[in-house]
Amino acid sequence: MALSGMRGLSVFISDIRNCPNKEQERLRVDKELGNVRTRFKNEKGLTHYEKKKYVWKMLYIYMLGYDVDFGHMEAVSLISAPKYPEKQVGYIVTACLLNENHDFLRLAINAIRNDVIGRNETFQCLALTLVGNIGGREFAESLAPDVQKLLISSSCRPLVRKKAALCLLRLYRKNPDVVIVDGWSDRMAQLLDERDLGVLTSSMSLLVALVANNHNAYWICLPKCVKILERLSRNNDVPQEYTYYGIPSPWLQVKTMRALQYFPTIEDPNTRRSLFEVLQRILMGTDVVKNVNKNNASHAVLFEALALVMHLDAEKEMMSQCVALLGKFIAVREPNIRYLGLENMTRMLMVSDVQDIIKRHQAQIITSLKDPDISIRRRALDLLYGMCDVSNAKDIVEELLQYLSTADFTMREELSLKAAILAEKFAPDLSWYVDVILQLIDKAGDFVSDDIWFRVVQIVTNNEDLQPYAAVKAREYLDKPAIHETMVKVSAYILGEYSHLLAKRPGCNPQEIFSIIHEKLPTVSNSTIAILLSTYAKILMHTQPPDPQLQNQIWAIFHKYESCIDAEIQQRAVEYFTLSRKGAASVDIMAEMPKFPERQSALLKKAEDTEADTAEQSAIKLRAQQQTSNALVVTDQHPANGYPPVSQLGLVKVPSISTVDRNSEDQGVTQANGTLSVVDPQPLEPSVDVLGDLLGPLRIDGPPGAAAQSDHNLISGPEGATYVEETLALAPVGDQTNNVQPIGSIAERFQDLCLKDSGVLYEDPYIQIGIKAEWRAHHGLLLLFLGNKNTAPLVSVQALILPPSHLKIELSLVPETIPPRAQVQCPLEIINLGPSRDVAVLDFSYKFGTDVVNVKLRLPAVLNKFLQPISVSAEEFFPQWRSLSGPPLKLQDVVRGVRPMSLAEMANLFTIFPLTVSPGLDPNANNLVVSTTFYSERTRAMLCLVRIETDPADRTQLRMTVASGDPTLTFELKEFLKEQLVSIPTISQRPATAPPQVQPTTSPTALSDPGAMLAGLLH
Amino acid sequence: IHFVLLISRQGKVRLTKWYSPYSQKERTKVIRELSGLILTRGPKLCNFVEWSGLKVVYKRYASLYFCMCINQDDNELEVLEIIHHFVEILDRYFGSVCELDLIFNFHKAYYILDELLIAGELQESSKKTVARLIAAQDSLVEAAKEQASSISNMIAQATK
Repeated sequence: MALSGMRGLSVFISDIRNCPNKEQERLRVDKELGNVRTRFKNEKGLTHYEKKKYVWKMLYIYMLGYDVDFGHMEAVSLISAPKYPEKQVGYIVTACLLNENHDFLRLAINAIRNDVIGRNETFQCLALTLVGNIGGREFAESLAPDVQKLLISSSCRPLVRKKAALCLLRLYRKNPDVVIVDGWSDRMAQLLDERDLGVLTSSMSLLVALVANNHNAYWICLPKCVKILERLSRNNDVPQEYTYYGIPSPWLQVKTMRALQYFPTIEDPNTRRSLFEVLQRILMGTDVVKNVNKNNASHAVLFEALALVMHLDAEKEMMSQCVALLGKFIAVREPNIRYLGLENMTRMLMVSDVQDIIKRHQAQIITSLKDPDISIRRRALDLLYGMCDVSNAKDIVEELLQYLSTADFTMREELSLKAAILAEKFAPDLSWYVDVILQLIDKAGDFVSDDIWFRVVQIVTNNEDLQPYAAVKAREYLDKPAIHETMVKVSAYILGEYSHLLAKRPGCNPQEIFSIIHEKLPTVSNSTIAILLSTYAKILMHTQPPDPQLQNQIWAIFHKYESCIDAEIQQRAVEYFTLSRKGAASVDIMAEMPKFPERQSALLKKAEDTEADTAEQSAIKLRAQQQTSNALVVTDQHPANGYPPVSQLGLVKVPSISTVDRNSEDQGVTQANGTLSVVDPQPLEPSVDVLGDLLGPLRIDGPPGAAAQSDHNLISGPEGATYVEETLALAPVGDQTNNVQPIGSIAERFQDLCLKDSGVLYEDPYIQIGIKAEWRAHHGLLLLFLGNKNTAPLVSVQALILPPSHLKIELSLVPETIPPRAQVQCPLEIINLGPSRDVAVLDFSYKFGTDVVNVKLRLPAVLNKFLQPISVSAEEFFPQWRSLSGPPLKLQDVVRGVRPMSLAEMANLFTIFPLTVSPGLDPNANNLVVSTTFYSERTRAMLCLVRIETDPADRTQLRMTVASGDPTLTFELKEFLKEQLVSIPTISQRPATAPPQVQPTTSPTALSDPGAMLAGLLH
Repeated sequence: IHFVLLISRQGKVRLTKWYSPYSQKERTKVIRELSGLILTRGPKLCNFVEWSGLKVVYKRYASLYFCMCINQDDNELEVLEIIHHFVEILDRYFGSVCELDLIFNFHKAYYILDELLIAGELQESSKKTVARLIAAQDSLVEAAKEQASSISNMIAQATK
């Protein structure tokens, strides 16, 4: 009997219901909890029945929202009870009270496993249900194989197998690494042949989870899914009990279409055709009927079909049919359909070519913005935001502005952010943009984030034509009786900078501007006062010749705030006061703000952040994210970052990267002239700190010239140079969207590879690039191993070699996609044409999800790779040495700053390169004589001889003489060895970063007087 | 489906089932937030509410709100009909179900829900099958009880 059961429980529930108020209820609950607690304490006397009753009571109390922090143990212990009623209660209550992270669950794993593998199918069901609902990692580890067995066992009844399917789904979804599904595609395909629709529905859910993670393994399931859809849509052979309001299992239809959306495309023409027939039938055959449930069910199927059609990129005709359908939906009375119509239209925007058809519905969508239902209004806003472009921006933004004054408070912030973005992105002219933002601040100041007004200031600053207009507008708003504080900030800032452009207009002389701004001061907060002080200082400076009355007024204000408790205001007051007394000298300091470097709007970033959420990845969402990021790329131009275009790189020797970068650095300095915040240690990173940039320059502590100068010094000094270059070498270039950080130091890996022939060149969370090289004379064969570390493919893989002029490099084809967990080999053939220390660069990029990663990696095809050791006897050495009599074939150099090492260590180092050390050739034990052969196409095999003279008293310097039959080779080899001998970090950097102007012709100046140097060296 | 909630019009919780791990604190917070959001919505509005990056599909039956929480891009109508499907099964089991049935037999509601959903996915779309399985469970419990009472009778007689 259904209503049979426990009297005690019923009595308790009635008692609770009879409580007149919350306090009484709490008293009753506390009493019961006390009772249960004491009963649990002396467990001996408890019958199973009583235990069961108390556990139910606990669950009830828990459900009412009270903390139940005991008795979990008793609930869990019921699981191992021998009889069904107790076991059932144990399972259900445990599943409700605990979640996967509870420790108590571990205690039960064994009991649960026994039930899963036991013969009693009702017990199996209970166990599978619990694991399916709250199973965590440990369950996956100990139970997954058993569950898999149950799912495919032919002796199990459907009721067990459908539970097993969903249980497995849960374990897999939570811990895809623990549940082994390799080779499951055949099993999955078999499961799709299942006759029992309950099992089939559950299996389909499992398939969705599997293909969401890796569709590649499940291609064989695709035609089966289409078959199932055909069967259902024709209502062939579907048992009566599985039709829902006359529709053959709508849930199974939806799930099947969901699974199909995870396959990128359908190649087989027959399958594709049958699928489109089914979809067409769904699209055309769904009518609006009276019965709500029938309607809902059929539209659930319809909307899923729409999603699938979009995914498959059907022909234009079918697409426009879909849009027409959606257009009908957004105008119907039924709110659910309206909501879904708008939602799906937004998704539809991602399909090209239909935007125009969607635009036809603009009027209707704007009407939906006034819908009584906030869910629908939100959808409408999203859709308007998505469909906005240059052609309709004015209409849409003005509509949004109008709506702003009536919109719910919860939506205003989002609304104003979106309006601001659209206005900036699609402004037909910038004065309109300024209008929109000022209106926005006027209407919804509280909801306008700082980013919005920072941005308008940036844009005004960067567009001279706009400045007078903005100033006029700002002045107009100040006339309004009550304005929002943000408006005070913007207008004060703009008028401070540009009010002198209005001087001839009525009501705009400095005195008037000052008074109208100063009127607002008593009502504003400290952060605004700080801005006002800057404005006053600027007004004062712009008033030439000085107006003594205004001067005194403003000085009085500065004086007043000199003792302000707010440090920022105090500092400004003191500084401005002093500066403004300096008269003409202050003009430079107070000059107009320089242009801001062009940068991506912080607003777009913000919008993007709010859009990204962490939910499970899905096909639709992935597409949506790609879409947004595309939109961003279009709008962001940042020449200030100064990356040389790739084509240029291809022609120029690699070292020039650093030159170009340094130029842009210099530019940065000139641009930001007059400010102190120039020192941006990472010029490659776009700054997000708008506030810092905008307000920073207002704080002036010293003459700008000196500041800029010190920057120059910093950068051009040797330390600065290496630092800048170092960041260049380490930072993956093109990092606008690089969220991916390399693992390990790229520079160190490169350095290692210069001395070894195999190892890892680059690694990040998604990919590892390994290298294996073989060198023979002037030929080299480099194997690149591109290893995908993930369970999802890496796409848009591109590798480009930027070779220096002395290397001929041929890269075989790099595949565009690297399959999950696969490794791809790309051979690279290298021919060395002549001696040079320049380095080849691999420009490598790929995409993972929405992350576009681009790195430029130096390839370890360096000079020493083309050396081969050769030993020479004294009889061979001396004639050769003497015949190469002097520059440019024989060069001598004194090297200072050598890292201290013993002679043996140095000899060791040479051997690694590889050079042959010939002991005993030099009579002086402090000297080394070294020989090697260099191979290149131009020089062929060429003998190189080196003599190192060290000073035992001072290990940090030595004299080096290098000789070979080719002047370039002699020079390059000498420089190379020098780099290796001075301290380590520079070694790795130098080959790529040496300035290109260092060429053989210019260098010998250093050795103009070898004799003197030798004297200095040897005393 | 992340979780299922049954809330009465007065904001009393009648059933909760969590398929994603929420701690006790989070659970209370979710219930509080959602009651505020859903109970205040008028009739004739759509059955979907967007909430903290997720979506809640709800439907009101008499004085009870049935709510299910899903991801943004899940199929809303499908879930709406899962709710209705659940209600129909309850209806069939209790014979024209009312809130009181669910209050005093909340455990039965849990049994039924477990036959309908596992891991937040629909397990069985046939009302008949679910009804059959629940009936089988009930009879198992009955059988055990009879057995138990006969044993206790025997013990009682033996110890007389």
